[in-house]
Amino acid sequence: MKIVLKDVVKEFDTFRAVRGVSLEIGSGQLVALLGPSGSGKTTILRTVAGLEFPDQGAIYFGDEDATDIPVRERGVGFVFQHYALFPHMTVGENIAFGMKVSKKARSKQEIHARVNDLLRLVKLEGLNNRFPSQISGGQRQRVALARALAVDPKVLLLDEPFGALDANVRHDLRRWLREIHDELGITTLFVTHDQEEALDLADRVVILDQGTIVQEGTPEEVCRKPASAFVMKFLGDTNRITATAKSGMVDIPGARLSASGLADGPVEVLARPGDLSWSFDGEGIPVSVLRVIDRPEGRRFLVRTDAGETLELDVPIDIRASSGDRGFVQVLRGNVYPR
Amino acid sequence: MKSHRIAGQPPRVGDSAVVRRLLIALVLIFGTLLVLAPLLVIFAQAFSLGLEHFTTTIANPDTRHAIYLTVVTALLAVPINTMFGIAAAWAITKFDFPGKRFLLIVIEIPFSVSPIVAGVAYLFVYGLQGLFGPALQAADIKILFALPGIVLASMFVTAPFVARELIPLMQAQGRELEEAATSLGASGWRTFLTVTLPNIRWALLYGVVLCNARVMGEFGAVSVVSGKIRGQTNTLPLHVELLYHDYNTVGAFAAASILTVLALFTIIAKVLLERQGAGRAGRPTLAANKGGTQ
Repeated sequence: MKIVLKDVVKEFDTFRAVRGVSLEIGSGQLVALLGPSGSGKTTILRTVAGLEFPDQGAIYFGDEDATDIPVRERGVGFVFQHYALFPHMTVGENIAFGMKVSKKARSKQEIHARVNDLLRLVKLEGLNNRFPSQISGGQRQRVALARALAVDPKVLLLDEPFGALDANVRHDLRRWLREIHDELGITTLFVTHDQEEALDLADRVVILDQGTIVQEGTPEEVCRKPASAFVMKFLGDTNRITATAKSGMVDIPGARLSASGLADGPVEVLARPGDLSWSFDGEGIPVSVLRVIDRPEGRRFLVRTDAGETLELDVPIDIRASSGDRGFVQVLRGNVYPR
Repeated sequence: MKSHRIAGQPPRVGDSAVVRRLLIALVLIFGTLLVLAPLLVIFAQAFSLGLEHFTTTIANPDTRHAIYLTVVTALLAVPINTMFGIAAAWAITKFDFPGKRFLLIVIEIPFSVSPIVAGVAYLFVYGLQGLFGPALQAADIKILFALPGIVLASMFVTAPFVARELIPLMQAQGRELEEAATSLGASGWRTFLTVTLPNIRWALLYGVVLCNARVMGEFGAVSVVSGKIRGQTNTLPLHVELLYHDYNTVGAFAAASILTVLALFTIIAKVLLERQGAGRAGRPTLAANKGGTQ
């Protein structure tokens, strides 16, 4: 089911949470709404669900105008950040709830069989009779998903689905959600403030700031061609080097970057830690090492330029240095934005 | 530095043995003197002239009618106020609307206003010289000095009890469970019955128990509107006072003991219901809802 948002506006009291968002989510896609807190991403999700009504604009499910359809009849599966499992019902009763209250009459055996199918799908066979308080956070999240899927929703909506879980569980659940999505092919929209999660999981990422969309595209597009300094900074660790643009070019020690389309004047060069390289002598920005950080996947230098700017760069693990050492940083790739 | 820690116990504030024992002793003495002793005196006095005298006092038609009236009043006022309390708590915690704070204050009023004021107010509204008095008399509807007046006055006094128990709990629980139920296709009524009610039942029960105890025991407001007609509009608390003024001390204590027994019944009922709930396997705790609000 394709979802289309047209100029959706939502205000709370005097606060404009969503300021004119238009978005198209293709049928069967897995799309992430990514943004810092207060960017309006959860409000958009709740508007799509029908838990909030937009002040302006319209929402279409396929060709049908769903703007005024109440949540009860909208046919969405909603997974809450804190699961919102019914604490007085067992796992099985939680999953069966939607089928029991449905207008479509189902026999007890039918419901029972479906509950077991769903438990198998979310890999929780045998937990049927547990209460939510007796299972782990990751298991609760999977029950919440099974419960949402039980009513055969046209659209699956997840609000910070892994936000309350610890890192290892989160990683596994991400892979698993992707598998389930690929298996069921249901249009899915999820909200996250974790860029890694969005890039890891989604077909397309919609980046929001202060109630508007600042960029949308595939993970590759938003990573390789960030539309603004905000997107660049929000998506990951960023180094900032101030410079000046002159006739479409930016000169920094050891590198010359294109600044086409930018007027002459002060600019900032933004580069990822992996886009910088290190040498003990030769060309580049002269720096001194502040700190060496070792991580399982590599080594990172924190350095300070002579101009007082701090840079972070990833170096091969066979390069050793200690704080105070002098060297040079070369900018291999960088994006230039006006200052 | 001298350690105040008792072996085998984790250090805690105020865990000095002297403070602990002093506090426990103080609470025990106060509890006994202030609560338990007077209650025991009631029963001792009630049976001081023997069981026979006690039964004759209770068998007195006026006393029997007072018991009957008190129970009927509770049977009417408590369910109505329970419904009002649930509705008010639901409205305040699940909806946003202008005047919400005002409603909260209105619910609080009966707590702060003296019951006698409530009684007098009803007198002015429904009394013969009051606002609706003449109209009511013309229609031959008797509110004051009759059961409706007693029930209304009792309801005024006990209006906050259920709502006050439910509002903080329902606020803490947030709206997520109801939202989840609705998104799964449940109607409002169904959501209330299957999701909201099971999660508030203990607080609700406690509110009902408090409400009931107060309705049965209410004196001030009822004494103004009932007219204290012996054998007709005298509730049990009023009857106790009446017997006492008649110098029928034993009778007063006997009636008071009945009132106490009614109150004890309520508390026992609550404890039993709670036990039954607690005995269920894996009874959900409210803590499972922690963090459910944003």
